[in-house]
Amino acid sequence: MPLENPGQQYLLLPAKGGFIVASLLAGLAFNMLPWQDVRGVPDLLAVVITFWCVHQPRKMGIGTAWVLGLVMDAANGALFGQHALAYAALAYAAQSLHRRILRFPLWQQALHVLVLLAATQLLMLLVRLAAGGTYPGISFFVGSVVAAVLWPLVTLLLLAPQRRPAEVDETRPI
Amino acid sequence: MEYAPPQFFHRGPAPIARLTFFALLSVLLMVLDARFRYAEPMRQLLALAVYPLQQLAIAPVSALTHSREFFATQTRLRRENNELRGEKLKDAEALLALESVRAENEQLKRLLAARERLTGDSIFAEIVYAGRDPFSRKVIIDRGGQHGIALGQPVIDAAGVIGQVTRVQPLLAEVTLVTDKDHAIPVQVVRNGLRGVAYGSGDGTTMELRHMAANAEVEKGDVLATSGIDGVYPRGLPVARVVRIERDAAYAFAKITAQPVAGTDQHRQVLVLARMDDTPTWAEESGRGARKAGKSKRPPRKTD
Repeated sequence: MPLENPGQQYLLLPAKGGFIVASLLAGLAFNMLPWQDVRGVPDLLAVVITFWCVHQPRKMGIGTAWVLGLVMDAANGALFGQHALAYAALAYAAQSLHRRILRFPLWQQALHVLVLLAATQLLMLLVRLAAGGTYPGISFFVGSVVAAVLWPLVTLLLLAPQRRPAEVDETRPI
Repeated sequence: MEYAPPQFFHRGPAPIARLTFFALLSVLLMVLDARFRYAEPMRQLLALAVYPLQQLAIAPVSALTHSREFFATQTRLRRENNELRGEKLKDAEALLALESVRAENEQLKRLLAARERLTGDSIFAEIVYAGRDPFSRKVIIDRGGQHGIALGQPVIDAAGVIGQVTRVQPLLAEVTLVTDKDHAIPVQVVRNGLRGVAYGSGDGTTMELRHMAANAEVEKGDVLATSGIDGVYPRGLPVARVVRIERDAAYAFAKITAQPVAGTDQHRQVLVLARMDDTPTWAEESGRGARKAGKSKRPPRKTD
């Protein structure tokens, strides 16, 4: 069965648990960079969570996403549970859609991801409005668009270790 | 005999069940946090756990800023030096005048048998990063509970009030800026002593002087300083400058917009002031009165 996605045309190596953890920590570290007042910074942790929920739904689940959301809340000084709720919902949606998403080429996958991330942000916005916050403006959603544009790049980077040949070739860098 | 699927196919609870569980847990946490502030110990624990990662993430950025400062050109440094020298002269004059006024003030206070204003230790801190939360205006400073920061301490920079410590973690503290929507600060118009309360407007850059009568004597350009009646901010710190006044006869109140004088975007160094213990708190005062009254009224407890 030929698939359009070039990443699925050959068998991938199994994903390593250590690499998944490392990539999640990297996403978390990116989110904790001092983005003073820069608007449109993508939530990279959400993108990485989506990636692993789509590609490895049995290794990355709702519980992990929830805990990472709690960490984000603690580090950000946001309402405690806001990111946790949003990331849990994101993980659920990504897991349920993973078969569908993987059948599309990368740029169409990015469109799916855009909808998922924007819905996540909308959920956070609703929670904060209910808790008495103010609407921060449409620029709040720009981060999701940037994140969706980054999706193909993130896919290439995070799938690279699984595309290595099974027999390790000493002369090949990756 | 039971025909259960082999362990190989076992995947735990259904995803929708998991989502429901975690969503309910999040809602519970949010309610606890927003209404009762019960989630604080757990938040502190998590924040302490990610502190090393956070420092790792910040390190390259702060190294970049510091190296940029290091390579500052000599002309700029000389110009800055000259400016500072001039400012110092100007300040010295004001300081001398202030000294005499303060001495006089202390004498008068002693005459009135008033308690002297406690000028406790202030703590120097640096802003590590601005909160990523787009719904509130907060900055994180690099001093925390370990360094003696306590809840409610006012934070200032060279120009005026920045905000107030609203959350203390062991190594970091969170400062809510005066422009935050949920932040209120009692102020006084410096020109005529008119008192009011300034709120953050929520758009991130301005403040509002609310509940001022439409004919209140406030003019564009008036400086608002802390009035000190809240027992948190010491008296006389500049807070904001009035930039716009809209007086509409249809409303009972004027819409007064002010621009904070302190620049949290330009400066990284801030000063955390000790809490002012000048004004006796209301509870203490009424408590004392109640205790006196209670003593005479309360019947002696019966012993069995």
